[in-house]
Amino acid sequence: MKSFYGDLPEKGSLLSSGIPSVEDLDGVLPPADARKKGPVAVLECFQEIPCDPCGYACKFGAIKEFSDVNDLPVIDWTKCTGCGQCVAACPGLAIFVVDETYSPEECLIAMPHEFLPLPERDQVVLLYDREGRHVGEGTVHRVVRGKDKIATPVVWVRAPKALGYVARALGLPEREGGSRN
Amino acid sequence: MEYDLIVVGGGPAGLSGALKAAQNGVRVALIDRQEQLGGQLVKQTHKFFGWSQRYAGVRGIEIGRRLRDAVCAEPRITVFAGTEALGYYPDNSLLIESPSGVSRITAKTFLFATGAQERMLLFRGNDLPGVYGAGAVQTLMNVYGVRPGRSVLMVGSGNIGLIVSYQLRQAGVTVRAIVEALPQVGGYAVHASKVRRLGIPILTRHSIKEAHGTECVEGATIWEVDDKFRGIPGTEKDLDVDVICLATGLTPLGDLLWQAGVSMTYVPELGGFVPIYDENMETERPGIFVAGDAAGIEEASTAMLCGEIAGLSVAAKIGKIPRQRFEEERNALAQELSALRSGPLSNKVRTGYERIRALVQGRRGR
Amino acid sequence: MTGLRIEEHPILDFPKRKKVKFFFEGREMEGYEGEPIAAALHAAGVKVLHHSLKLARPRGFFCAIGNCSSCLMIVDGVPNVRACTERLREGMSVERQVGRGPSLTGR
Repeated sequence: MKSFYGDLPEKGSLLSSGIPSVEDLDGVLPPADARKKGPVAVLECFQEIPCDPCGYACKFGAIKEFSDVNDLPVIDWTKCTGCGQCVAACPGLAIFVVDETYSPEECLIAMPHEFLPLPERDQVVLLYDREGRHVGEGTVHRVVRGKDKIATPVVWVRAPKALGYVARALGLPEREGGSRN
Repeated sequence: MEYDLIVVGGGPAGLSGALKAAQNGVRVALIDRQEQLGGQLVKQTHKFFGWSQRYAGVRGIEIGRRLRDAVCAEPRITVFAGTEALGYYPDNSLLIESPSGVSRITAKTFLFATGAQERMLLFRGNDLPGVYGAGAVQTLMNVYGVRPGRSVLMVGSGNIGLIVSYQLRQAGVTVRAIVEALPQVGGYAVHASKVRRLGIPILTRHSIKEAHGTECVEGATIWEVDDKFRGIPGTEKDLDVDVICLATGLTPLGDLLWQAGVSMTYVPELGGFVPIYDENMETERPGIFVAGDAAGIEEASTAMLCGEIAGLSVAAKIGKIPRQRFEEERNALAQELSALRSGPLSNKVRTGYERIRALVQGRRGR
Repeated sequence: MTGLRIEEHPILDFPKRKKVKFFFEGREMEGYEGEPIAAALHAAGVKVLHHSLKLARPRGFFCAIGNCSSCLMIVDGVPNVRACTERLREGMSVERQVGRGPSLTGR
């Protein structure tokens, strides 16, 4: 169905196809007042698995302490600054940052990106939705590399506002090998 | 030279077991078939789940490096790399073949952490070159730096199938599809979503019908399957692939355990025949311990904890640490282990371990 | 070497190794010293390593860790060498094996 998150199944698709559904995403959408304030983390983490690095990565204590390692992360929206530390830390590459206040037309999206070549600042990139469909173009705002190759790079992209909760992967216009299907 | 403990297998379980034992005063011989210690960690480029105080967020290759460094720095551990364990003998000796020849080493106790092997799947053409185990593809790419081909069909959507699909794309290889016979993705949803947004379709209720080619794989036909996993005629689709990657599960490698006369039992939830062992990871043959996939198919985080419990138990058994300290430490490790296994996605392995616990308790009661 | 070699990888580094020449079925080939024979052959586009015992079906590598015996080859005249774990050396002669391979005792 057409939704705020793009063209996605209404529900039940996560386990049958790996695609989060509108229902799943509604459950993790940051509240309106947090989104109006600036950048916020969007934790697309829907399954109780033993995992806690997001909580450790957050320097602001915005991700509440886990009482059980299998707990889903819970965010204190008053503390999240949208810094993107958790984006690089998440082992499941399931966290993004969206800033809908960037400009009247554009938003910023931070995405983990473990592919070569890494895009460079001001480069135009192709944006893809959660099913890998091409949904538009964006411009690289900045690339945050870790201290070594082992860390997950985070690419911040300027994109049309409507794609803030739609685009979840990026690619280079002339990518080599390993084509999309 | 006689050792206190011989550890067979230098993967996450064996390395953790050897370390824990040596740190508690045990003289250890560690044997691994590969030149480079680490087991499957040497090719695991993904970041681990679990606790941040442990290894969560750290890539498998890095965990392997840390464990390897710690083992090599431990004076009580003698490493026999590139050495194969050929056979266990009842006088507590092990026949080994190293690059310098065949010899025998003996020890008071043994820890078999021999891991697992990949399962085959029945379909026409499954023996053609180009049909590879997912683990093999991972080794070829991530250890030796060679792509398996240009275009891949992945069979199986457990964590290995999903992770290797992602890694194939990182290496610049196209993944045409992931097929899964069950109605649901087998692995973690985050891994599935990660490959899905790269445009790789995950086709549940689908399987491979046949591989095409005479000398090697030139294509594959997939089809839909019904609730009993039977192919549905008329739903066939041909895929242009030169590699078919099988991620259809693992089965414990228990050859040495069988040979040593350890009691084994069939537990489908744990991947097949597994040794019967107690809360100290000791089998029914006193002095023979197990850990890791050889004791039941699970994953590396739990394998490391089981290895530590086994190493600690050996130290207690041969009198290197007092009973009370042993029990406290073991209980703490066991608690971590059960927390890791307490999530809804661990239902299957929990059922498997409960079966083994029930067996052990039943025998004690007799 | 062919396009199957990974030159650049987002996470891994593959250190430069020494190139060596070896012979596959008498044909001169190149690989890296110390890598498994099967890796060098695969990178050179050779997928068939063995022919099966009864039906002489082509066999390639399968497990890559020395477990499954799908990749047994004749190396420097010695049959039943696991190509997935045996390391490549300068001047090695590697041949496809059929079934059990030639007898070393001449019987």
